[in-house]
Amino acid sequence: MERNQMHRQIANTRKLMFDQGYLDEQFIQLEELQDGSNPNFVEEVVTLYYRDSARFLSNLDQALEKRPLDFSKLDNLMHQFKGSSTSIGAKKVKTECTHFRNYCNARNAEGCKRTFQNVKKEYTTLRKKLEAYFQMSRQVGPVETAYASSVVVCTIRYDTIHSLHLNIIHSNLPLRRCAARSH
Amino acid sequence: METTMNHQITSSKSQQLHVLAVDDSNIDRKIIEKLLKVSSFKVTVVDSGSRALEYLGLEENTNSTQFDDLKVNLIMTDYSMPGMTGFELLKKIKNSSTLKEIPVVIMSSENIVTRIDRCLEEGAEEYLLKPVKLSDVRRLKDSILKTENMGMKPMESNNRKRKRNDDRLPVLPSSLSCHINASMSPPASPQQPTPKLC
Repeated sequence: MERNQMHRQIANTRKLMFDQGYLDEQFIQLEELQDGSNPNFVEEVVTLYYRDSARFLSNLDQALEKRPLDFSKLDNLMHQFKGSSTSIGAKKVKTECTHFRNYCNARNAEGCKRTFQNVKKEYTTLRKKLEAYFQMSRQVGPVETAYASSVVVCTIRYDTIHSLHLNIIHSNLPLRRCAARSH
Repeated sequence: METTMNHQITSSKSQQLHVLAVDDSNIDRKIIEKLLKVSSFKVTVVDSGSRALEYLGLEENTNSTQFDDLKVNLIMTDYSMPGMTGFELLKKIKNSSTLKEIPVVIMSSENIVTRIDRCLEEGAEEYLLKPVKLSDVRRLKDSILKTENMGMKPMESNNRKRKRNDDRLPVLPSSLSCHINASMSPPASPQQPTPKLC
């Protein structure tokens, strides 16, 4: 009983991140790549992202201290950070990165500094949400359930049970084909 | 399960497509490797163009049936890399008598028409917009398999068409095209221009 409640809570936490625009379809793509041979793939990618991001953000902070600003360097640094953020589906972070790059192109120092604060804010917010989400997921542990429905037939693990739930119950998320993979 | 020797050779050959993926981003390397493995490719991942050439040189030198495993069937490279860009790597490969037959796919987060054109003209098989999706990789696999089975040269300059496909419709097998992610829209412009303070 309790387990079901936890599953529901995890599913809701996850759904909220999408509904509130923190995550986009790319996160789902990563979830689809996760399987029995690599059950922590998404968390591994996200952890790698935190590590790399720390470096990018610190470099950007330093570059923004320089006078005069080297817009080309700033743009280059942000391009890399935006790329990583895009790769994990960090939607709001990505948007702020784009704003930053536009200000770089316009050689607008104030704009750059302002949007960089927004970038950091969104990054921190998402990081907290994801850390909480993964921690909750780890607590329930892996679950394998055979799930038959008129829409889809597959074997799912705890991490995909949420997306399956959501896809059938909530139509605003795209239906995901759950491939049965034999390893 | 009895299979004839011939059948075994054909099936193992068609299943063992080996991709060399090149990307300077840790995260993108991890993702592309997974995308390719999930799609049943054999994968080698390197972090730069120069390492890619090293590997290809190595692979060249051990070119005997014994080392068929190392033979690279496809190269996928990021465009923006420090040192040697993906474009420069593409040029080097296409200018090499031993390597030019290997199809090269460029991956980039930037949807720049002139860049796309330049890459395709230089002989890139495709220009994929990042983030690369499973569907991109699967489509690539079909296209490469078809090319290999038909004995076609990967680069058919006369036939090459660049098709902008905003809703990601499946591409015709005979055309080489670029695929744009429909969810990518042009970035928003800054709200109002403020006086420069630099």
